Amino acid sequence: MSDINALLGLLTILVLAIFVGFEVISKVPTTLHTPLMSATNAIHGIVLIGAMVTIAALFASGLHSPLLIGAATAAVTLGAINVFGGFAVTERMLQMFKGKDSKSK
Amino acid sequence: MIATTLGAIVDLVAIALFILGLHFLNSPAHARRGNRLAMLGMAIALIAAAWQTAGTAWLWIALGVVVGGAIGIFAALRVKMTAMPQMVALYNGAGGGAAALIALVEYYVQTHGAIGLYPVVGVSLILSAIIGAVSFAGSIVAFLKLQEVMIGRPITYPGQQFVNAIVALAIVGLGIWVFLGTSPAYAFPAMIGVALILGALFVLPIGGADMPVVISLLNSFTGLAVAIAGFELNNSLLIICGALVGASGTLLTVLMGKAMNRPLTNVLFGAFGAAGGSEPAGGGKGGPQNVRTASVDDVAIMLAYAQKVMIVPGYGMAVAQAQQSVKALADQLESRGVIVKYAIHPVAGRMPGHMNVLLAEANVPYPALLDMEDANPEFPTTDVALVIGANDVTNPAARNVTSSPIYGMPILDVDKAHNVIVLKRSMRSGFAGIENPLYEMPNCSMLFGDAKASVDELTAAVKAL
Repeated sequence: MSDINALLGLLTILVLAIFVGFEVISKVPTTLHTPLMSATNAIHGIVLIGAMVTIAALFASGLHSPLLIGAATAAVTLGAINVFGGFAVTERMLQMFKGKDSKSK
Repeated sequence: MIATTLGAIVDLVAIALFILGLHFLNSPAHARRGNRLAMLGMAIALIAAAWQTAGTAWLWIALGVVVGGAIGIFAALRVKMTAMPQMVALYNGAGGGAAALIALVEYYVQTHGAIGLYPVVGVSLILSAIIGAVSFAGSIVAFLKLQEVMIGRPITYPGQQFVNAIVALAIVGLGIWVFLGTSPAYAFPAMIGVALILGALFVLPIGGADMPVVISLLNSFTGLAVAIAGFELNNSLLIICGALVGASGTLLTVLMGKAMNRPLTNVLFGAFGAAGGSEPAGGGKGGPQNVRTASVDDVAIMLAYAQKVMIVPGYGMAVAQAQQSVKALADQLESRGVIVKYAIHPVAGRMPGHMNVLLAEANVPYPALLDMEDANPEFPTTDVALVIGANDVTNPAARNVTSSPIYGMPILDVDKAHNVIVLKRSMRSGFAGIENPLYEMPNCSMLFGDAKASVDELTAAVKAL
């Protein structure tokens, strides 16, 4: 019973977040589509937190499989590539947009 | 208990920062602040997560974060701006791969006890594993194509869709088997393996100008996989972030489909300009077109004495890395009082907004960059339209040749300018193999050669006038 309620709660969050996503993104001009894609790309790097939770759960479960530890560590590594690389690349792109060529002559 | 409450509060703050960050991306003036806010949100969320999960696993977490972070940042700082699309594809693939691996490990952790899988958790594990794996393999193939390790053109073979359908069916079958809980331990990794194959197969037939659509779609796939991973881990932060990204990726994908006036299914399964059979796509092998070529000096004079010049960049500019040279030419012209603007087609390049980023790198002020809707009314009053490495987005066949594969795609009306100069490497048709009648028009001349070299010569010639 409470499982169903918990699931519904999560589904509500999902649906609302989708609407917020559409709403926020639809106002972004074409000029910024590349940085936008790159920034959202970095935000799904939040998967790194999932990987951290998972590796902790793996150790707590008492499963001592080197293969699984390897897979979980790989997940953390990939997640970290996604987060750090994604934000760094976005920052680099946006730096160029900032380079205001003040009232070109 | 206090730790969980604190964790929830931190998550809330992080989410607010992500949404604010995305909001600030709606104008170039605030965009950087937006990215900083999102970074701050991520930093807070990561620190809180590290604090909560450290325990026994800290060594492995630290190892992964340090190695992955170093690779990510190093690559991000080293990559050339022209290689940005494939870089984004790689980071996106990393996220998808992480989601698939999380599902894999969680599957064994959750089935380790005697209870078995809760249905919701089971479905989430299976879906995020499949979508994550498809996104991972698809992104890698997209990377290889964009990096030109692999042939960039669509790769097709007879029965391709049949093969893909079989592979997809195999995944569904394996997924159901895993869900029923009677499968052996190898079924889950096998399912991921087949999903990897599907991801690669699905990107193979897509090429060239359709790449921005695919990259954006893969981005939304990874977002979806992350959102579903949130369900298996009961983590609302993952759900929200995944949903934000999934929604934005989908929206971008749809926008680009509209810009090409092609439904998404056509992009994914149509293999633009290849296969198709009935389309006389690669057609027009009937001898060379009658085109006029111009010399550098002719073009330089035309440009220097124009009132308004519209520069139309395409993927060719990115390949030749000509953006700095283009800016130098524009500066030279502007110093002579010529008005220089840039017309950007929504699908020019290999990533949404690709041209805008390259020109921004060359310090072109963004108000000079016109969207298609703003640029088209200006072509009739434009003296010279300078097309640099763009082809299909300027093809007037899209307006009236119903048999053309790009019929119906909105294009930049460069043919309405008084003069059109096309900078092109050779007379070879674009990636889609479609002839461009623009080149035969009386107001059009060609200037053959590498885009960067040609633009540099033009700049020198204008300067010498």
